[in-house]
Amino acid sequence: MTDLHNYDVVVVGAGGAGLRAAIEAHDQGARVAVVCKSLLGKAHTVMAEGGIAAAMGNLYPEDNWRVHFRDTMRGGKMLNHWRMAQLHAQEAPDRVRELEDWGALFDRTKDGLISQRDFGGHRFARLAHVGDRTGLELIRTLQQRAVALGIDVYMEHTITRLLTGPDGAISGAFGYRRVDGEFVAWQAPSVILATGGIGKSYVVTSNSWEYTGDGHSLALQAGASLVNMEFVQFHPTGMVWPISVKGILITESVRGEGGVLKNSEGRRFMFDYIPEFFRAETADTEEEADRWYDDHANNRRPPELLPRDEVARAINAEVKAGRGSPHGGVFLDIASRRSAEDIKRRLPSMYHQFKELAEVDITVEAMEVGPTCHYVMGGVEVDPESQAALVPGLFAAGEVSGGMHGSNRLGGNSLSDLLVFGKRAGTAAATHAKASMAASITQEALADAEQAALRPFEEKSGDNPYAVWHALQAAMNELVGIIRNADEVERALATIEELKAKKLSVTGGRAYNPGWHLALDLPNMLRVSECIAKAALERQESRGGHTRDEFPKPDAEWGKLNLICTLNDDRSGIALTRKPLPVMPPELAEIFEETL
Amino acid sequence: MTQTSSTGSTGQSLASPTGTSAVPALSGAPRRAKINAKTLRTDRWWLQPLLTVVVLVSFIIYSTIRAFQNTHYFLDPYISPFYSPCLSSSCAPAPHISLFPSNAFFTPAIFILVFPLGFRLTCYYYRKAYYRSFWLSPPACAVAEPHKSYSGETKFPLIGNNLHRYFFYAGMVFNVILTYDALLAFRFEKDGGHHFGIGLGTAVLVLNATLLWLYTLSCHSCRHIVGGRLTHFSKHPVRYKFWGFVSTLNHKHMQLAWVSLFGVALTDLYVLLVSSGALSDPRWVA
Amino acid sequence: MSYEAKLRVWRGDADGGDLQDYTVTVNEGEVVLDVIHRLQATQAGDLAVRWNCKAGKCGSCSAEINGRPRLMCLTRMGDFQEDQVVTITPMRTFPVIRDLVTDVSFNYEKAAAIPPFTPKPREKDGTYRMQQIDVERSQEFRKCIECFLCQDTCHVIRDHEDNMPAFSGPRFLMRIAELDMHPLDTVDRKEFAQEQAGLGMCNITKCCTEVCPEGIHITDNALIPLKERVVDKKYDPLTWLGNTIRRRTP
Ligand SMILES: Cc1cc2nc3c(=O)[nH]c(=O)nc-3n(C[C@H](O)[C@H](O)[C@H](O)COP(=O)(O)OP(=O)(O)OC[C@H]3O[C@@H](n4cnc5c(N)ncnc54)[C@H](O)[C@@H]3O)c2cc1C
Ligand code: SF4
Ligand code: SF4
Ligand code: FES
Ligand code: FES
Repeated sequence: MTDLHNYDVVVVGAGGAGLRAAIEAHDQGARVAVVCKSLLGKAHTVMAEGGIAAAMGNLYPEDNWRVHFRDTMRGGKMLNHWRMAQLHAQEAPDRVRELEDWGALFDRTKDGLISQRDFGGHRFARLAHVGDRTGLELIRTLQQRAVALGIDVYMEHTITRLLTGPDGAISGAFGYRRVDGEFVAWQAPSVILATGGIGKSYVVTSNSWEYTGDGHSLALQAGASLVNMEFVQFHPTGMVWPISVKGILITESVRGEGGVLKNSEGRRFMFDYIPEFFRAETADTEEEADRWYDDHANNRRPPELLPRDEVARAINAEVKAGRGSPHGGVFLDIASRRSAEDIKRRLPSMYHQFKELAEVDITVEAMEVGPTCHYVMGGVEVDPESQAALVPGLFAAGEVSGGMHGSNRLGGNSLSDLLVFGKRAGTAAATHAKASMAASITQEALADAEQAALRPFEEKSGDNPYAVWHALQAAMNELVGIIRNADEVERALATIEELKAKKLSVTGGRAYNPGWHLALDLPNMLRVSECIAKAALERQESRGGHTRDEFPKPDAEWGKLNLICTLNDDRSGIALTRKPLPVMPPELAEIFEETL
Repeated sequence: MTQTSSTGSTGQSLASPTGTSAVPALSGAPRRAKINAKTLRTDRWWLQPLLTVVVLVSFIIYSTIRAFQNTHYFLDPYISPFYSPCLSSSCAPAPHISLFPSNAFFTPAIFILVFPLGFRLTCYYYRKAYYRSFWLSPPACAVAEPHKSYSGETKFPLIGNNLHRYFFYAGMVFNVILTYDALLAFRFEKDGGHHFGIGLGTAVLVLNATLLWLYTLSCHSCRHIVGGRLTHFSKHPVRYKFWGFVSTLNHKHMQLAWVSLFGVALTDLYVLLVSSGALSDPRWVA
Repeated sequence: MSYEAKLRVWRGDADGGDLQDYTVTVNEGEVVLDVIHRLQATQAGDLAVRWNCKAGKCGSCSAEINGRPRLMCLTRMGDFQEDQVVTITPMRTFPVIRDLVTDVSFNYEKAAAIPPFTPKPREKDGTYRMQQIDVERSQEFRKCIECFLCQDTCHVIRDHEDNMPAFSGPRFLMRIAELDMHPLDTVDRKEFAQEQAGLGMCNITKCCTEVCPEGIHITDNALIPLKERVVDKKYDPLTWLGNTIRRRTP
């Protein structure tokens, strides 16, 4: 039997995007429910460290939305949806200031304004931050605001299906309560997906338990489309040792604060990897790079602060060439560049993290770092103004939506993305709900969803879900990782097909049973992995978060195309289509001609 | 299909006490995991409270004996902190107020010790120490306490601990007196006149006064009074500086509490030893 | 490099349960949560455990390890002898759901009861001006990852369940202190702290500070200062008089 609730807007996800959307929809007068897999305040957003990008110009008055827009598009290798990038750059400053109305306490400038820090790919110091725990500040602020507004939050509930009416429009969402395994459904004309990313399909990842690609998969099943799925960001600096913490993120702020990358020969190798595209704005001597930290106007930025895809590839190449660190990474050195006090004050969580997890004192020793799966640029294809997906009543915001970041996301642009498009999705979803008839879910639809969810218990001789998951992770990590080739990706696809065919069985009861939860998450991971692999095979060029061994350069023709994933006709797999990129209006295209 | 909620405001609202995490009412009242052991700690958690008891009890015994003894607290120019300010004629020729005959049952120490004792009894650190080690509330973290009910500092007499700051003020007065005593300890009588000099006792008294100042200034109430109560430090730069200074000391409040306690006892012991003639005070007089 | 560790894990639910013995492989550098995951993947697929980040950032994996409240993802197996039995139990203070997972809704209720942040208006230029030194105290408290270990260890409720309605626990007393020191906030919560949140119950025995994985000085920087602020308002005749005459808050 399923508990049934009625709302105007159901928000799936309580990260930055979900909470911001819920607050907005509530402010628009909608009855809002937030549903999330873990406890309130634990969503992935809590892990973000470096900051929120917004061209407030508090430190560099020269900064403005046009520069931010340009940086974002160039970082994404011009594959971004121009309109999303524009709205994002224009609205981010207001979205950040508004957090102060709700109690956020950012680090300050001397004038008492919000302080901003440097990050890769951003021309000016632009990231509003609190030490290296900005995501925590963001989520706590939004959480406390949502609580103050009395918004209903259903914690530890997992949505397994979106429900649609006979007209194909959204009528609600169905899921289970983790605590006791009972089923719950929410009837609502608007559903906002804010479920984050997909990293748990990889072994080495900075992502948390929740990142099983649920939202991507739910959207596909409801009839929506995904865009840019071949682009997965590998963050250049993850921990590599000990094995058990491999992949945990080392924030880019370490480099923003002066940290440099060295190989086993002690060379700052990033100077050897400056691509043509960024040569004009990157320092080519160590002296100039070091002067830049204090004087941005007269010096060019250090190559360590190139966009993430460039740095990750460079590290990969150094390790392959045999110049890596003992545990297969390279060295990230802040110890020799900043005083111990400075490091502890500006990067407290990094200091703590290495002390606790690796017994390394980063004020004395260099860190060993290597690339880790971090962020998926691809996601639900949405309308830039309203975040509406193809399915009427379905919206998506945050990491689960696609388009905004093109082929590569700049650091700090995600948290601002959550706020800007979370708010927009909230408005649009509330408006849609007002204009809609009351949603209704049929008994049959519920029965079908229940049955599907209970299948792993009925299966007696199926596989252990943990084993299947580990097999998928290994395949994705090795075969659809940072550098790809057709042969390997095809092998990954074959593995995925094999794993899709497996039946899963679980032991125990329905109350808080992680084995069962995993069995229900697995099809989502498989579906998303198939999207990534298929799109990666199709795109025959290298661009941003997608590098093909056989096609090492970007290709102008591919630069005009997006790849779109949908379910195929018999719903057994993924169908790919090519779609021309939306064309930027001339007044924006001009920005790229200007010398900034 | 059960219709549990149709309006947002009465759903599983966070503001409603019934179901924040929308956790269903598990059969009957919520229950804790059944674990009978009072603690599963495997380390020597009892060592800390035990040490505290031993040291504090020794101090109490020593000071009680000395308080009632009413002798050997003065040897010109040194005075025991237990008996300062000097309220009897035993301190002649040093400054004194003769309130007590030298053979009374209520010795001056008993009246004097009320203030330092009150200061330390209401001190946030000593409160922690005695709640843990004497009252076992709790004996150590995650070790069950033996009491059936608990009301903390909400009722008489413990609510009185909120007046700690008045004892702090009194403590400051005593520090001034003991500093004065320490200064007098540089003044030695020789050939019928007063001469500047330094003895081991001088050093002891100076050290004692210093430790007491450090302990007192590191007090939590002091930290609050000098600046902690402000909301905008930037509007009060001087008080912010003081607050920073006191905060630094405050980090070491526990250590200072113990060291200054030993300081007082040892100073008294030194005066006892020299005034009873068991030890002779090495000194240099101009 | 790897060895077989002896684990005792509490398994059960609100109706009962007990410590069960397991032997699990441990590799170099692993934390307790890794070992619990291996147990889950190989021997006990339905072992309930809450976790998200495995990096000490989300505060989900709170439990008691050899009787001490700790995060499983920040407790290295290397801290124990190889032949030592490692006992893992759920947080004692909260109702158990299953195995290592407890019902922490108490905390969310206490959070919701605190009068919300209420800022003064923005400056004319649309910004707020705050100096770094004015925000630092509250920033320390905002490092809290809501692991609720301090709530779990606080004897006021751990040993006296009956105090739960009257006591918000260190996490939320600290939240009140945070708001009281917040440069923009305009609401006075001192009365609330003492009367509704049970500040007077805290006997400053510092267990909350001892277990906080974020190293927040909960007692010294939040609880004691809050007590002093309450004294200003409720118990100290002199400051009370002074404030009444001057009619302003510092
Ligand atoms: C270590 C790390 C550091 C980072 N640092 C930065 C940074 O400095 N700056 C920056 O801009 N970005 C940063 N990022 C990226 C950024 O944090 C994320 O992209 C962003 O937080 C995603 O937010 P979200 O709101 O989309 O989703 P999340 O915050 O991940 O929230 C997802 C929510 O969806 C819920 N959910 C998922 N599936 C379901 C389901 N089936 N049913 C119900 N609920 C579900 C989850 O419970 C959760 O509440 C970082 C990422 C990582 C991993
Ligand atoms: S100091 Fe107070 S709040 Fe903290 S654990 Fe002790 S009694 Fe509880
Ligand atoms: S104050 Fe520390 S122990 Fe308490 S909930 Fe926050 S992080 Fe956890
Ligand atoms: S707190 Fe210890 S003396 Fe005041
Ligand atoms: S899993 Fe996030 S704190 Fe341990």
